[in-house]
Amino acid sequence: MVSIWQYANPLRFMRTTDWLLPIVAWLAVAVTAVGLIWGFFFTPDDFRQGATVKIIFLHVPSALMAINAWIMMLVASLIWLIRRHHVSALAAKAAAPVGVVMTLIGLITGAVWGQPMWGTWWAGDPRLTSFLILFLFYLGYIALWAAIEDPDTAADLTAVLCLVGSVFALLSRYAAFFWSQGLHQGASLSLAPGTRVDWAYKAPLYISMTGFGLIFVALVLAGTRTEIRARRMKALVARERMA
Amino acid sequence: MGLRVCDLAVARGGVPLLEGVNFALAPGQALVLRGPNGCGKTTLLRVVAGLQPALSGTVEGGEAVAYAAHADGIKATLSVAENLSFWGAVYGAGDVKAALERMNLRALSGRAAATLSAGQKRRLGLARLLVTGRPVWVLDEPTVSLDAASVALFADLVRGHLAAGGMALIATHIDLGLPEAQELDLRAHKARLPEPGDAGGFDEAFL
Amino acid sequence: MRDLRLALRAGGGFGLGLAFFLILAVLVPLGVGPEPEVLARIAPGVLWVGALLACLLSLDRIFALDYEDGSLDLLATAPLPLEAVVAIKALAHWITTGLPLVLVSPVLGLLLFLPGAAYGWLIVALLLGTPALSMIGAFGAALTVGVKRGGLLLSLLVLPMYVPTLVFGAELVSRGAQGLSVGTPLALLAGITAGAAAILPFAAALVLRINLR
Repeated sequence: MVSIWQYANPLRFMRTTDWLLPIVAWLAVAVTAVGLIWGFFFTPDDFRQGATVKIIFLHVPSALMAINAWIMMLVASLIWLIRRHHVSALAAKAAAPVGVVMTLIGLITGAVWGQPMWGTWWAGDPRLTSFLILFLFYLGYIALWAAIEDPDTAADLTAVLCLVGSVFALLSRYAAFFWSQGLHQGASLSLAPGTRVDWAYKAPLYISMTGFGLIFVALVLAGTRTEIRARRMKALVARERMA
Repeated sequence: MGLRVCDLAVARGGVPLLEGVNFALAPGQALVLRGPNGCGKTTLLRVVAGLQPALSGTVEGGEAVAYAAHADGIKATLSVAENLSFWGAVYGAGDVKAALERMNLRALSGRAAATLSAGQKRRLGLARLLVTGRPVWVLDEPTVSLDAASVALFADLVRGHLAAGGMALIATHIDLGLPEAQELDLRAHKARLPEPGDAGGFDEAFL
Repeated sequence: MRDLRLALRAGGGFGLGLAFFLILAVLVPLGVGPEPEVLARIAPGVLWVGALLACLLSLDRIFALDYEDGSLDLLATAPLPLEAVVAIKALAHWITTGLPLVLVSPVLGLLLFLPGAAYGWLIVALLLGTPALSMIGAFGAALTVGVKRGGLLLSLLVLPMYVPTLVFGAELVSRGAQGLSVGTPLALLAGITAGAAAILPFAAALVLRINLR
């Protein structure tokens, strides 16, 4: 019986990713390159925003992956808590730094975009603020992994943190929207992605979104492989001590 | 109602320590665990007390356990009697006065626990067992920092507990003066190296 | 429960949170300037941030002391469910930290020129919101109980989770000050507290058991 759970075996996972990782990695590079080059050089300037609008091809995919990374960590944490597959916990651990970087890219490109558009690097916009809070959640999650020595204990604790944190991250997002309406009525310029965007933009945007997704998968696979190797080393050292 | 441990294997920090541990305690029986430092006595007791999951095997009757570890769990700012009555209230059983009497702590009952000597603290920690009203005592090095007279007092305490139908599982290095207790040397149960790749769920899975 | 007295007697440093709250309320006008209009505008936020940080100061004591002296092991094997222990400890933390903050907050509101209409709402908001702070804090303390010098990590884990309470609590007070309708933040604040009190004891007890093994 072939099931997805067989990849929960570290050996099996390593053997599969041996050939899978290079493919995903090169695909990620290729798709992202196509998306970004198309987006940056072969799309018309916006009549209102000029060439600045092209930062969207970095901003939106990274923001999307920042959220998806957390969702992936949530799912992996649940799998770890329920089925106790080590690979799942390690994949969640590997995803966190990628998520942080994606969040940072999203925040920085947002600021760079906001500067010419809104005249300010930072605005009390709920979207920005909730991203900043997501960033803090990522930091806490990574710090907890780093602080606890026993790997299984760390996996358990971070998994519970991820579950509880998700609830509070959602609440914070809602709170941020509430807060911004309450204190700064209509001060921020809402630039909802995807709305009123022409197909000339949409096509390269979707391509670079796919590219970022592939980059994320490749980085998580590579990170998980590193974590598995580290665990294996620990197991070998422990065995050495026992013998 | 007793304590039964079947084919128990325990691990600490991902390293298997003991395996194939079997014993059973009927009311009135005591078992002394022996073995060198680091062989897994404390870990075994924590598994029996339900604080830690076993690697494999089962523990029956673990819910009747009163556990006493190296640390006595004494609050320095509370008095001796207050410390004891707190635990009495948590377990909802036991006579605090009688327990103080039994462990020669009556004269100290109003003192703040911070001013007790190490041996006196230990005696307070053992008095806690009396107020739990639980039949199975799981004791980890109970005689640390006790003088000879107090060790005899402790042996007497355990004997009284056994006579009342209680059970005791004790890890210790010294001779307790309990000739009726059975002994189990844990060196015979040292875990062997598992074959690479088996032992699912543990670090071994990564080999 | 007796745990309460234990926490009261063993706590020792809970007056610190209160002192911190007071100092913050004294320092903010010194930093911002004495204009009553400016201070009145920021007062709800300052008081809430102050309450948040004051609460944070004593969080690591919730479980760390019991972990060190072995009481936590004994409590975990006691007939009392660990979930109840967590809830009682959070309650004890609230009584020693949150409740005093609620009681002195009107005095500090005075220092910050809080408008008259806001005092009632300030007390209501803090009364409703600070239990959630203690409960979330207890969860954070349970997560970091095994970590030496976990105080900084604890802040990093807990403060982001305080955001919703802070937003709704401060919003409730400033709406109250302006005489606007307060129904929405009130309901949300109460909802967060109720949800935290219902779910977090289980999460915290689970985490404690993981930390003890």
